[in-house]
Amino acid sequence: MAFDEETNGFKVVGTRPDRPDGIDKVTGRARFGADVTAPGMLHAVIIRSPHAHARIVKINSSKAEAAPGVKAVVTRADFAEGLEGENWNILENLMAGEYALYDGHAVAAIAATSSLAARDAARLVEVEYEMLPHVTDVDDAMQEGAPVIRAGAADGSVPAGMHPNVVRCHDSGHGDPEEGFAEADLVIEERFTTEATHQGYIEPHACLGTLGPDGRGELWCCTQGHWNVQKVCAALLDIETSKLRVTASEIGGGFGGKTAVFIEPVALALSRKANRPVKLVMPRADVFRATGPTASTSMDVKIGMKKDGTITGASGVFRCQGGAFPGAPMEFTAMCGFAPYALKHVRQIGYDVMTNRPKQAAYRAPGSPMAAFAVESVIDELCNRLGLDPIDVRLKNASREGTKANFGPSWDRIGLVETLEAAKEHPHFSAPLAEGAGRGISCGFWFNHAGETAVQLALSEDGTVQLSVGTPDIGGSRASMCMMAAEELGIPYEDVRTTVADTATLGYNEISHGSRVTYASGLATIEAARDTVKKLCKRAADKWGIDAEAVEWREGCAIPSGPNAGDFDPMPIKEIAGRMGQTGGPIVGHFEATPEGAGVSFATHIVDAEVDRETGATTVTRYTVVQDAGKAIHPSYVEGQYQGGAAQGIGWALNEEYIYDEDGRLQNAGFLDYRIPVASDLPMIDTVIVEVPNPGHPYGVRGVGETSICPPLAAIANAVSNAAGVRMQDLPMRPSRILEALKARS
Amino acid sequence: MIHVSTTVNGDAHELLCDPRETLLDALRDRLELTGAKEGCGTGDCGACTVLLDERPVCSCLVLAAEAEGQEVRTVEGIADGEDLHPLQRKFIEHAALQCGICTPGILVAAKALLERNPDPSETEVRYWLAGNLCRCTGYDKIIRAVLDAASEMREAT
Repeated sequence: MAFDEETNGFKVVGTRPDRPDGIDKVTGRARFGADVTAPGMLHAVIIRSPHAHARIVKINSSKAEAAPGVKAVVTRADFAEGLEGENWNILENLMAGEYALYDGHAVAAIAATSSLAARDAARLVEVEYEMLPHVTDVDDAMQEGAPVIRAGAADGSVPAGMHPNVVRCHDSGHGDPEEGFAEADLVIEERFTTEATHQGYIEPHACLGTLGPDGRGELWCCTQGHWNVQKVCAALLDIETSKLRVTASEIGGGFGGKTAVFIEPVALALSRKANRPVKLVMPRADVFRATGPTASTSMDVKIGMKKDGTITGASGVFRCQGGAFPGAPMEFTAMCGFAPYALKHVRQIGYDVMTNRPKQAAYRAPGSPMAAFAVESVIDELCNRLGLDPIDVRLKNASREGTKANFGPSWDRIGLVETLEAAKEHPHFSAPLAEGAGRGISCGFWFNHAGETAVQLALSEDGTVQLSVGTPDIGGSRASMCMMAAEELGIPYEDVRTTVADTATLGYNEISHGSRVTYASGLATIEAARDTVKKLCKRAADKWGIDAEAVEWREGCAIPSGPNAGDFDPMPIKEIAGRMGQTGGPIVGHFEATPEGAGVSFATHIVDAEVDRETGATTVTRYTVVQDAGKAIHPSYVEGQYQGGAAQGIGWALNEEYIYDEDGRLQNAGFLDYRIPVASDLPMIDTVIVEVPNPGHPYGVRGVGETSICPPLAAIANAVSNAAGVRMQDLPMRPSRILEALKARS
Repeated sequence: MIHVSTTVNGDAHELLCDPRETLLDALRDRLELTGAKEGCGTGDCGACTVLLDERPVCSCLVLAAEAEGQEVRTVEGIADGEDLHPLQRKFIEHAALQCGICTPGILVAAKALLERNPDPSETEVRYWLAGNLCRCTGYDKIIRAVLDAASEMREAT
């Protein structure tokens, strides 16, 4: 379904109506993961390994089972056997088998009549461990002699001779970078590192599960994708998929971290054993220790540039640590860094490295922010040393429609140049800088995704519309869906109600990830509405006794057209709906497909930062996000995605990091010590919405959720480096690091 | 178990609570007032903010027993019947929430601010709300909503 060039004169799209779930969310009525109960419900607690790497010799739960109120204890023995591939990885991660692979790895779970009883009983579970050597750093894990996390985990992509902890490799590019470097006036090669960060959603994972002895179950959970939860739970519990109905709760933040399954199969296993509903809510420390984090990285980037700013060649090696399982997003890291640039000679290599850390999960454009940090830092340094304007250099080398991308395909219609031009024209870029402040620029890129999508649009007898989508609303998407349906049907926004349907109600819907929801569920909504319009026109045509093709749909009415124009009065949707029982039955439009054409997205960010030379503390004083949205359906929520991505990037750049001690234990599993930005840390975040339509969507929509976190690490690092007069190559740029860098310079 | 007599959103309640039970758990599990959220359980995120005798507190750090004889107000009790509090209206109007999990705590905290300081500066709002974490919005629209609500409330008085 391609971009409709004739689409103009939107009536609803582009306006800013109140979100449909607004009142529920400001009155406390909205029900999130932990907000429901069931009769006879038990409360569960998970027991976790305190060791980074250990063999589980024995688990003795007899004392716990005898404790007051305890109704069930489960261990790995209570889950399916013989799983393979990613299902095995997910099970191994959410309930350890033979080995505890990281601090916080689940080893058993308890369900009791109250959460206090469950917590008390958890202390009575005796686990005997045999300690094993561990490794948590990505570079250390690749060294000869490093402890092997899982022998034989590497696939065929890994070159011979590498450490067994290197489990996957990506290698792509074109031309010959060495030839490019030979043509350059200046070549810079540097190493950059980033620490693991957590998505930091404020709502801990929570679910309420019931699984009967007949294998039928109900599950309520906060997730970005309930069909995926259904599929994974069925596999891990060895039940039939359709016997488990999963309902997605309101979701208190995800950012990729709730695309993974951590607790739902555990709650269901406990429920099956106790034959009662089980509620499982993760304590915050468990969220940090056992869910989410991004990959940490170590990256070498080399770029050659001519005096006129032309990039002659580029190469990068991107090593990503993804915890005790394969899956670190090293291919995305490798592919995203150089994507903004048209390069004759480019090569990028990625390595997926296992360590004794929690299994990494997606976090907003997985891999791209780190790669941009390395690449855009080198470009900034080249600009500084060659005395070139950072935006002019980026414009000179920018990827455009038809450019062969660094990882292979040619770009379709893209908006990078438009974001750079808008950034250049923005007053921020030319505003004078305070003494001692620095300004940083960075571009960023994300692929965006479409995915399997099913939508249903049912007409009510009063002409209002019930739209069912299968993508959990993680940032206001129900408003956008209502708007697109209203636009197509020519009815008021308030006449559409959008519901996130459960797994029994619609066909399979892929997870809300890859910035796909407004693109894919939006496209599906438009298609379902057009399907509905056809049916509405047919009813009018039958009534009038003319061909359905001779009926047009305008402003919520069927109108006779062509030779029949003016023969009958327009028939409003309410009139057709009111009679549908007598004219052929219910009117329902639908759409099921895997759309193709999720347009990629680029952004350019401008940051001003001040560095306190005595404390090493950084203050971000001004921030501007310029990003291509294709078409902003609800501009306020597009701005919100831009601002949220920038704020998360500020945290990642300046404060947030997983800190492991020598013993391999996570030292900062709480919001006090893992410090995400608070209101007093940040300035207002200015936004510019650029709209270069995506040819693959009828209204031109591109996903916007992830691209916003791609440039910040680099833009802030460039601002700080320019303010401090020293290149910062390791994130986060915490005060101690900045002081060390300042000291080393002087 | 401890017997607790308390008033929540104007209604008198008699509760039997475990001595270790937090006010947050009592509100959520015993009174089914699930508006206040547990984001951390350690007083770091502010999602559980309620007013205890008009003072904003992290209800995860208050024992249920401490509510004896006090007046508790939660997000469920800040609207005037069907009429939303100006802060609630402005949060919707300014798109000051994305996922909405932090919203109840922020609304309660912001209400306490405006009762003490009807004309706060942007900086004052930012520091007052520094104990309420939001991971979605970058705070920009939240701050604007609070300032706008303050302005409207000043005009109304």
